[in-house]
Amino acid sequence: MSADADAGPADPGRDPGLQPERTRLAWRRTTLSGTVVAVLAAKTALHGGATPATIVAGTLCCALWLTFLRIAHGRIRTLASAHRPRALTPPYATAATLCTVALAVCGAFLVF
Amino acid sequence: MIEFVRNARLWFAPEEIRREGGTPDYRFSLANERTFLAWLRTALALVGGGFAVDQFLPDLRWGWRVGLALALLAAGVLCSLRAVNHWVRCERAMRRGDDLPVSRFPALLSLVVAVVAVAMVLVVLVGWEG
Repeated sequence: MSADADAGPADPGRDPGLQPERTRLAWRRTTLSGTVVAVLAAKTALHGGATPATIVAGTLCCALWLTFLRIAHGRIRTLASAHRPRALTPPYATAATLCTVALAVCGAFLVF
Repeated sequence: MIEFVRNARLWFAPEEIRREGGTPDYRFSLANERTFLAWLRTALALVGGGFAVDQFLPDLRWGWRVGLALALLAAGVLCSLRAVNHWVRCERAMRRGDDLPVSRFPALLSLVVAVVAVAMVLVVLVGWEG
């Protein structure tokens, strides 16, 4: 916990390993992966004659992507709010996981 | 499996984890969080692969196409559930000062991916001829 001593004179509060920034970018990368999945889901839903059921599933996938974006944004705000951000809490992690699982379930419905 | 169910309770209970042991260095927690996110990306890639098989291999027979897509989607679900479970276990081990948990899952997943890749090569080769 000698971050203050190691940071050098330029910015005494900065973590020299840039851990919060790396974690923020990891959330961004994960959101981007989710975006690719949502786009593929929309393509599957609209491909070959969209029925009401596939449109509902496709819309649900987009809503799940928005939920994930919201979770990521909330966590990024927490990371940016302090020099030593609090650890990720289980509800955030579980919500992000459930979004992924729900995307897969919608996908199974669309593919089948 | 019983261990998995017992951990599943912790997924929703932030105060229960915080009650155990001491708070580790925030950098360790952030590293654990990034590992969790990397596994989540792996899960999302598997789910995306399921969609891609369905969308970009239209010449395959229906059974093969849907079977492979569903297998990839199921692997994505497993991977994401395991991601949060492993994150909780690591977080708890760090709070207690225990050794970090070991896991057979990475080896298992790489074997499954290898098998699916070989199956895809065979399916594409046979599908092109037939």
